[in-house]
Amino acid sequence: MPIPEFLNRCAEAVWEISPSYKEGMRVPARIFATEKLIDAMEPSVYEQITNVAALPGITDYAFCMPDGHSGYGFPIGGVAAMDVDRDGVISPGGIGFDINCGMRLVTTNLTWNEVQPHIRTLVDRLFERVPAGVGSKGFVKLSPDAFRRMVQEGACWCVREGYGWEEDLELTEEEGCIAGADASKISDRAVQRGLTQIGTLGSGNHYLEIQTAPPDGIADDTLARAMGITIPNQVVVMFHCGSRGFGHQVATDYLQVFLKVMQEKYGIPIRDRELACAPFDSPEGRDYFAAMKCGINMSFANRQVILHRIREVFSEIFGRSAEDLGMHMVYDVSHNTAKLERHAVDGEERRLLVHRKGATRAFGPGMEGVPERYRETGQPVILGGSMESGSYLLAGVPEGSQAFFSTAHGSGRTMSRTRARKQWHGRDLQRHLESQGIYVRSTSMRGLAEEAGAAYKSIDDVIAAAESAGLCRRVARFSPVGNVKG
Amino acid sequence: MPYEYLDDVAIADVAFHAWGADLAEVFRAAWEATLAVMVSNPEAVALRETRTFTLENDALDMLLFNFLQEAIYLKDAEQLLLHVESLEVFAEGNGHCLHAVAAGEQLDPDRHEQVVDVKAVTLYDFQLKPTDHGWQATVVLDI
Repeated sequence: MPIPEFLNRCAEAVWEISPSYKEGMRVPARIFATEKLIDAMEPSVYEQITNVAALPGITDYAFCMPDGHSGYGFPIGGVAAMDVDRDGVISPGGIGFDINCGMRLVTTNLTWNEVQPHIRTLVDRLFERVPAGVGSKGFVKLSPDAFRRMVQEGACWCVREGYGWEEDLELTEEEGCIAGADASKISDRAVQRGLTQIGTLGSGNHYLEIQTAPPDGIADDTLARAMGITIPNQVVVMFHCGSRGFGHQVATDYLQVFLKVMQEKYGIPIRDRELACAPFDSPEGRDYFAAMKCGINMSFANRQVILHRIREVFSEIFGRSAEDLGMHMVYDVSHNTAKLERHAVDGEERRLLVHRKGATRAFGPGMEGVPERYRETGQPVILGGSMESGSYLLAGVPEGSQAFFSTAHGSGRTMSRTRARKQWHGRDLQRHLESQGIYVRSTSMRGLAEEAGAAYKSIDDVIAAAESAGLCRRVARFSPVGNVKG
Repeated sequence: MPYEYLDDVAIADVAFHAWGADLAEVFRAAWEATLAVMVSNPEAVALRETRTFTLENDALDMLLFNFLQEAIYLKDAEQLLLHVESLEVFAEGNGHCLHAVAAGEQLDPDRHEQVVDVKAVTLYDFQLKPTDHGWQATVVLDI
């Protein structure tokens, strides 16, 4: 496909669409991508990111990350910072249905040689203990009232209940509990959907993976050591999931609230119903912000309980405690949120509501909000590839300020689920992966086929673009050896 | 059933068209299409228990939106997979209303072949429009 003529190349991996592209655009749109990634980008991404550029309060640019693809309202990979003191809005379509969907990375002190003989048992046991798939239920049983308390406390609730270590909190974005979550702003239906889902993986592109860190994948030894990757062929565990049905219900509830007031009450034109929004400083905006934070906390709690299960399984199989196995968290990072942050704009510090949808926060060295132990390295960023391709640990950089310290979140799909399912069979794919040394379990063979590696962009291309654009730097690359697919 | 999945509308998710001679038929077809995204053998869902619900909305398309959300809600809150047993869609005042009886059973991984979990109905390209032969719905589900 030829490069669209409305795209101006500003740097090797930075492209811009001028506000003259569409009536109502308040700022230009910026897309971070290599030429190859631009070539694969769907035209709807340009339409969506320029719609975002027309939202009230948007500051500097509407950004799209290198793994950008078509989403609802915002593209996946969309980043927009709304100035809340200049009529900025909040939009569920800029956060995603799966509020605080994110990644967690955990180390062990085991090498691949030690784990290899147990890999099948390990994956089978994890598959049993971390429920996945349609309608899956977790082991934590809560009353609706207790659930409402839990979503105000996030991972802190889990640690108090014995599902984790104190240090886990320090290594979670927002220390595992975002302040201001108000359970009076969530519906009973949202509670009912989430009640049994704590500690479950979900389905779709959610997974839990056992990976190794081969020596040739270490890009920066000092950073890798600082982040706990210290042994050649070290085994790590990475997983990807979110706030399950609970977060989706919160988003659905408020999407409908916003559609009723957006144009009628606040005079904001509706270009796309999925881009429904309300002023941040309005009753509807404040309510959604407080409800969305419950989704953020539910997701932190979900990943915390899953980590607890992972530690139990490793401990049973290797006959040693999780502490003795060095099962420390590297970090837990979100890629579907809107957070109030302070950033410098035109030489002054402003309060911005930074929407990151399918985009990861990547704070640079020295920034507040980064755990003490990463103040010098920059915030760890965890990017999962497809089941076949490998994943990355990266770090935030000072130049990230150009995009409010945001980067990509994964590979990004290039092929639809329906098409992928026609092209591959789950069992064949499972055998193919096994021949490559990756043992996969899934609740659904058809679901597995939909997640075939070739349905995704190359993670290496995405990382190359993010690094070239100055959004983050690579630390280590991990290779998959075992996978539980939701 | 009168529905068809679309290849390239939403690459990360699932999109379909559903058809019906009247509103009840197109609503029912869209519900069954949603169920078949989650399990590949919906005919294996036995009619063991029923749920009855009434919904209303000023906008007809949003009534369909809420109807499909109900299928997702009952799947998460009660782990129920349900077929539509009876359905009436009618105008009421200035708005629209439906009364539905859905029948099915709790998800059983041994008998129900799971595909992917549906987590939300989206408003992306969401349409309900009259055709020469009745009605057509376009729906994108979030996976």
